[in-house]
Amino acid sequence: MAEEVKLLGFGGSPFSCRVEIALKLKGIQYEMIPQELANKSPLLLEHNPVHKKIPVLLHHGKPICESVVILEYVEETWKGVPLLPEDPYERAMARFWAKFIDEKCLSTVWKACFSKGEEQEKGMEEVLGLLKTLESQLEGKKFFGGDNIGFLDIVADFAALWLGVLLEVAGVDLLNDSKLPLLCKWIEEFNNCPVVKETLPPRDMLLKFFKMQQAATGPQYK
Amino acid sequence: MADEVVVLSAWPSMIGMRVKIALAEKGVKYEYKEEDLANKSPLLLKMNPVHKKIPVLIHNGKPVCESLIIVQYIDEVWKEKNPLLPSDPYERAQARFWADYVDKKIYDAGRKVWSTKGEEQEVAKKEFIDCLKVLEGALGDKPYFGGEKFGFVDVSLIPFYSWFYAYETSGNFSIEAECPKFVAWANRCMERESVSKSLPDPHRVYDFVSRQKKKLGIE
Repeated sequence: MAEEVKLLGFGGSPFSCRVEIALKLKGIQYEMIPQELANKSPLLLEHNPVHKKIPVLLHHGKPICESVVILEYVEETWKGVPLLPEDPYERAMARFWAKFIDEKCLSTVWKACFSKGEEQEKGMEEVLGLLKTLESQLEGKKFFGGDNIGFLDIVADFAALWLGVLLEVAGVDLLNDSKLPLLCKWIEEFNNCPVVKETLPPRDMLLKFFKMQQAATGPQYK
Repeated sequence: MADEVVVLSAWPSMIGMRVKIALAEKGVKYEYKEEDLANKSPLLLKMNPVHKKIPVLIHNGKPVCESLIIVQYIDEVWKEKNPLLPSDPYERAQARFWADYVDKKIYDAGRKVWSTKGEEQEVAKKEFIDCLKVLEGALGDKPYFGGEKFGFVDVSLIPFYSWFYAYETSGNFSIEAECPKFVAWANRCMERESVSKSLPDPHRVYDFVSRQKKKLGIE
């Protein structure tokens, strides 16, 4: 019986890309049903009534929401390429750093990139501190997952593309070899993975999108 | 080799209570160390240098941080007794989703109820009740969130019940009147020894909240 796997997602979202990368690593065929973020479809509202957000994975019609929850589901449902380590302690560490990325890094980066002047300076200091902490987990490894990409690399996809774009829009040079050597090397390796190359959106498209966003929020920061 | 298990927590923390309940469900003996959050111990700072927060589980010297991650770890290590997550991947995803909802919503909503006044507090009370109603919807007619058995979502949520008296008294409202199904579920959980022994007396929590309010200048 064919698996019926659908993804309510959005190509420009790092959260949606996480799920696509995981499904592709497992060799799972899926149908992407692109969603408009500003104009939520009845399908999205039906399957994620609580948060009304993408991504939503539909497996045989049953919805799974929240990207990290979806990643764990993909890992448990389809064997093959393992995304999480087997050892419970190593799994706890992967989950800890994934939470660190989602709860600390993302919002701090976002806030810093869209603020100005002294507020931005302070914000960027915080961003650098957080990213240095994160990159310490790469010490002696090619990927967070070791020799191959895993759960934490997938969750860190934001750092591989969106981070650089947002910093460029903000006009801040943070993501360089002298400040974040391990992370920069990881970004190169991660982006070289065929599955990642196939999934992440074009950089220039994202750059254009965020430049427009910044222009739109500009007047608020007079 | 006997397991060496240490828990660093603070008695009023509902997040810390999750770890105590999970260990009790598994019958794991552990050493509890109370942290003074105004004066964090060198051990806490060493074991959780990133966040410097409780709870921390230290298993044979190795720290695990973040309460839901700790509970999953406990479930995976001591897997024979009282499994907290179901075995079906879809059910596990539902459990993780709802535990994540509790994390994202209940703590902040509850905090706003006791730490605000007037119009702000009325808004906070409504938000809090709305969240409990969503959870009541998820519970449905089941005895526990996971179905017939006490599990992951129940562990993540029941500690907040020890704070209900403090919320109700601060906000001058009855949670049971608004969400009777929720309170019925909570009382069912309280019948379990792992829960009743891990939750503090609600009056003690209320005294603690009163002191916090004084410190924050709210009255």
